Amino acid sequence: MSDTAIAYPGSDPRQLRSMAGAVAHSGPASKRIVTAYGFWIFILSDMVMFSAFFATYAVLLGQTAGGPSGHDLFDLRNVAVETAFLLASSFSCGLASIAADTRSTIWFQLAMAVTCAFGLGFLAIEGNEFASLVARGAGPTRSAFLSAFFTLVGCHGLHVSAGILWLLTMMAQVFAKGFRADIQRRILCFALFWHALDIIWIAVFTVVYLIGSAR
Amino acid sequence: MLGKLDWSAIPLDQPIPMITSGVVALGILGVLAWVVVKGHLPYLWEEWITSVDHKRIGVMYTLLAVVMLLRGFSDAIMMRAQQAIAYHSQGYLPPEHFNQIFSAHGTIMIFFVAMPFVIGLMNLVVPLQLGVRDVAFPTLNSVGFWLTATGALLVNVSLVIGEFARTGWLPFPPLSELTYSPGVGVDYYLWSLEISGIGTLVAGINLVTTVLKLRAKGMNYLRTPMFCWTTLATNLLIVAAFPILTVTLAMLILDRYLGFHFFTNEAGGNMMMFMNLIWAWGHPEVYILVLPAFGIFSEVVSTFSGKPLFGYRSMVLATMAICVISFMVWLHHFFTMGAGPDVNAIFGIASMIIAVPTGVKIYNWLFTMYGGRVRFETPMLWSIGFMVTFIIGGLTGVLLAVPPADFLLHNSLFLIAHFHNVIIGGVLFGAFAGYTYWFPKAFGFRLHDGLGKAAFWFWLIGFYVAFMPLYVLGFLGMTRRMQHYDVAEWRPWLIVAAGGAVLILIGIAFQIMQLVVSIRHREELRDRTGDPWHGRSLEWATASPPPVFNFAISPNVRGADAYWEMKSHAQQQSLETREPHYQDIEMPRNSPTGFVCAFFATVMGFALIWHIWWMVIAGFVGAVATFVVFAWRDHDEYIIPAAEVARIDRANLAQRRALVSLGGA
Repeated sequence: MSDTAIAYPGSDPRQLRSMAGAVAHSGPASKRIVTAYGFWIFILSDMVMFSAFFATYAVLLGQTAGGPSGHDLFDLRNVAVETAFLLASSFSCGLASIAADTRSTIWFQLAMAVTCAFGLGFLAIEGNEFASLVARGAGPTRSAFLSAFFTLVGCHGLHVSAGILWLLTMMAQVFAKGFRADIQRRILCFALFWHALDIIWIAVFTVVYLIGSAR
Repeated sequence: MLGKLDWSAIPLDQPIPMITSGVVALGILGVLAWVVVKGHLPYLWEEWITSVDHKRIGVMYTLLAVVMLLRGFSDAIMMRAQQAIAYHSQGYLPPEHFNQIFSAHGTIMIFFVAMPFVIGLMNLVVPLQLGVRDVAFPTLNSVGFWLTATGALLVNVSLVIGEFARTGWLPFPPLSELTYSPGVGVDYYLWSLEISGIGTLVAGINLVTTVLKLRAKGMNYLRTPMFCWTTLATNLLIVAAFPILTVTLAMLILDRYLGFHFFTNEAGGNMMMFMNLIWAWGHPEVYILVLPAFGIFSEVVSTFSGKPLFGYRSMVLATMAICVISFMVWLHHFFTMGAGPDVNAIFGIASMIIAVPTGVKIYNWLFTMYGGRVRFETPMLWSIGFMVTFIIGGLTGVLLAVPPADFLLHNSLFLIAHFHNVIIGGVLFGAFAGYTYWFPKAFGFRLHDGLGKAAFWFWLIGFYVAFMPLYVLGFLGMTRRMQHYDVAEWRPWLIVAAGGAVLILIGIAFQIMQLVVSIRHREELRDRTGDPWHGRSLEWATASPPPVFNFAISPNVRGADAYWEMKSHAQQQSLETREPHYQDIEMPRNSPTGFVCAFFATVMGFALIWHIWWMVIAGFVGAVATFVVFAWRDHDEYIIPAAEVARIDRANLAQRRALVSLGGA
């Protein structure tokens, strides 16, 4: 059948135009770029997910059903410590990325261990806060406001927990296999993930705790 | 030990689900037995189940869609029969069964027919059109498919074990809350969509990255085929919209499982928030489905008119405009909420504006045909049928976008007629056009032409007979989802509509016959050229079916309609005869990760539905362990040596040259 196809020479008006204005495209991107790019897209989708939780929290902020409001419950000093822990962990995660770039195993493992410690500290404070709220009768089933609070902050906490599991896996992989190209790509993705959680926490700190405690 | 699960979960007293599931179970066992006895199991495992080849995964997605289409259609014809009978009577379906059927029909048709069909075609075609060897993340691609299959499996399990939701295809609270829906039906719905939603999100991330980062050398954005553009727009929408669905359903799960108060009547819950959230996903979802169909029509119309697509740049702009505006119209699904005239007016106008880029597309297709040598092959028939049908559906949509009109027509059969008009006339016709158009590329032989045309005419006429009466019934005041009624003037229209469903059934029978006949006569229908339709884009530049690496030599794109340009170029040089320089090709290894992960997801989903907590933990640990093991592997790629590449490519080229010299003589 392609005989007939070949019998019609292309008189394609777009051809000249697109040739004239073309910036040469050099072909498929490298694996490192593809992996990191895909992971950025995933992070964007995760941000969309959080934005839906934020919107829900904003809608339900005043729906305390006669129960305690953010003003009664939130301890901003506690939250400040949590924030400091998470920001510090982001800094040490940055150090780990630099160590991975320079292929320094010791500094990498050390920086990752510090990141992990700060992450666990953050989770401990958050767990403690949740437990004390539930003990005071302000659990997620008390009101729509508290449902939204626990879900949004808890979802961030689950992300941090997953991040810590991932972090430990990366430490084990570097320990067992060294800085192979595919492991470097994973370290890159992990760093993106961890910093993204920090950005989301900044929004949690502002929207949930600062705005929330004003009510 | 087994949570809420006991023998009463199996509906032994209801003949319809028991007989149906018995027949289906026998069928599945029969196929399995045949596979095992004939010794096809290793082939199936190595070449399909663990495959990370985008073409194989695309075929499996499409197969899933086709199988589920049969399930969804049997629900449809049962409903049409019930409404044709149930005048002043209870018909043959009791209310609780009827409610499950309309819920299952919508859920299946959107999530497990339309979605896998378009994702399957995108998977199959997009890397070929882009001139690359695979998608960005081949193993994740397999995970995405198998998670979708898990969702479909859970929905079907609900037929035998327990029940399905009675809350419609979107489970609006407070009806879907535990107070009013205490059974497991809503839980089946929620978990199957959460699991398959993750699969869809993975597919979306994968295809966005593929289109943006993996294109052949020289393929600038404005040389990228239209189907790849619509794929990009669709998957951007998936990435931006599906997380909202995941969140919304997760909140309903928290309400039902842990007593939270997101959407409840008490403790400050807000059920209208559910409407806003679900439609903030739901409206983009409509365009997620229809944009790939627009891409398919663009390819088909241009190929069968023998012309480049008219107004390519305006088509790109229209696609991206739809992509953005689709996020600004969600409130038109509930004008009756009472948001006030200002809000309703803004969303009404936005909904009318989105018809403009769609209109641009219709004109572009018409002008592509104008002055072309139009060949009325089956894919082209579906395209023309689409243009006529979709315009009607679009216009009734604009009508519904007028808030005062919507107040009268809201939730009436007019609405049902409208969205079937755009989804069948747009998405499904597009999927069928793509299925017929790319079938030879996937399998190496064409589908039987006459049977395909017969199927098209029965579908087209059947569609009009089945759904035009519903517009009338909407004006006559009939609301959706009625199990029985006592208005005499509705009945004739409902009987006509049931007749339309029978015509569509005949169309489906022709499609099954077409597949069987084509497989049996595959030698006569064999496509030896790789280019059975005089195609214009790169998927036709390789053999049918393509080798696992797609292209022996990565194509170098010199213009829009890359393959057309190559063909004319080759003719000027009286056929390319230089021997290319073959190189080793690195390809991803097959991996059971997707299948194993989906197995644990199925176990976990089922356990969550029935509150079997130890099994939930087991499933979760299994799924996580699968990923850790996957991450630990050392060799995820293998090399196809240059000699092997050369052997495969030489055979293909020789076959093509022989045909060309025969035809040209």
